[in-house]
Amino acid sequence: MDITWYLVLSAMLFAVGVSGVLLRRSPLVILLCLELMLNAGNLALLAFSRSLGNQDGQVFALIVMVIAACEVVVGLGIIVAAYRRRIPLNVDDLRSLRG
Amino acid sequence: MKEVAFFAGAIGALGGAIAVIALRNAFYSVLALIVHLISLAGLFLLLQGEFIAAAQIVVYAGAVMVLYVFVAAYVGNVDEPLWEPIPGQRFIAPLLGIALFVELAIAITGSSLQAIDTGGPTVELGFGSPSAIGKLLLERFLIAFEAASLLLLVAAVGAVILAGRHRSGDADAPQEPA
Repeated sequence: MDITWYLVLSAMLFAVGVSGVLLRRSPLVILLCLELMLNAGNLALLAFSRSLGNQDGQVFALIVMVIAACEVVVGLGIIVAAYRRRIPLNVDDLRSLRG
Repeated sequence: MKEVAFFAGAIGALGGAIAVIALRNAFYSVLALIVHLISLAGLFLLLQGEFIAAAQIVVYAGAVMVLYVFVAAYVGNVDEPLWEPIPGQRFIAPLLGIALFVELAIAITGSSLQAIDTGGPTVELGFGSPSAIGKLLLERFLIAFEAASLLLLVAAVGAVILAGRHRSGDADAPQEPA
C-alpha cells in the first residue's frame, strides 16, 4: 500500500472536518469536527513516520493526542458552564467573550 | 490482504466522519465519532503504530468519548435553527471542503517526495512498539513529555474552575463575574 493512499485519505478526513466546522452551529458538534481534523493530522504523521522508517512521528502523534484531550476538557467545560448560565448553545449567539 | 484492510478502515473512518457532520442529533454524532476513531486505530496498526493504535482506543475511543457522551446527555440535543445567517451556508460549506480536499490532493500527488510512492522501508521488529515509543518519550522527547503532562494538569484544573458549581448563591441564577 503506497503512503500516498494514506495521505489522500488524511486530506479527505481533514476536509470533512473543515466542512463540519463551517456547516454546524452546535458547539458540541464543532468540537467533534476539531477532533476529526486533529485525527486526520495524526494519520498523516503516522504515514510519514512509516515512510521514513523513523519513530519520531509517532511520538509527535502521541503529543497531538494529549493536546486534543486538553482541548476537549476545556471546550466541554465551557459548554457546560454556558448551559448552566442558560446561554443558548449556538455559535451564532455566542459572539461576545464577556461573561 | 493489506489492501482489503486499508479500504475497510478507510470506509469506516470516512463514513464515521461524514456521519458526524450529517447526523442531526449530537448524541449520534458522538457515537459516529467512536466508529471513526476505531477504524482509524486499525489504519494506525497497518502503519505499524502499535502503541498509538492502542492509545487511540483506550484514551480516545474510551476516556475522551465517555466525556463527550456525558456532556451530550447533560446538555441534551441542541436544536439548530433552520434559518441561516449566511445565505446558502449549507451549500457553500461542503463546496469549500471539497475545494480544500482537491487542493491538498494536488499537493500530495504532485509533490516530488519519492518515499511516498512506496510502502515505506522495511523496518526492524519492534517499530512503534510500546517499549520503543516509551524509550523515545523518556529519553529524546523528555521535555515534550513533561510539558504535555503539565498542560494536562493545567487543563484539568481549568475545567474544574470553568464548569464547577459555584459555592456561594444559587448556582442556577446568572451570576456576575467575580
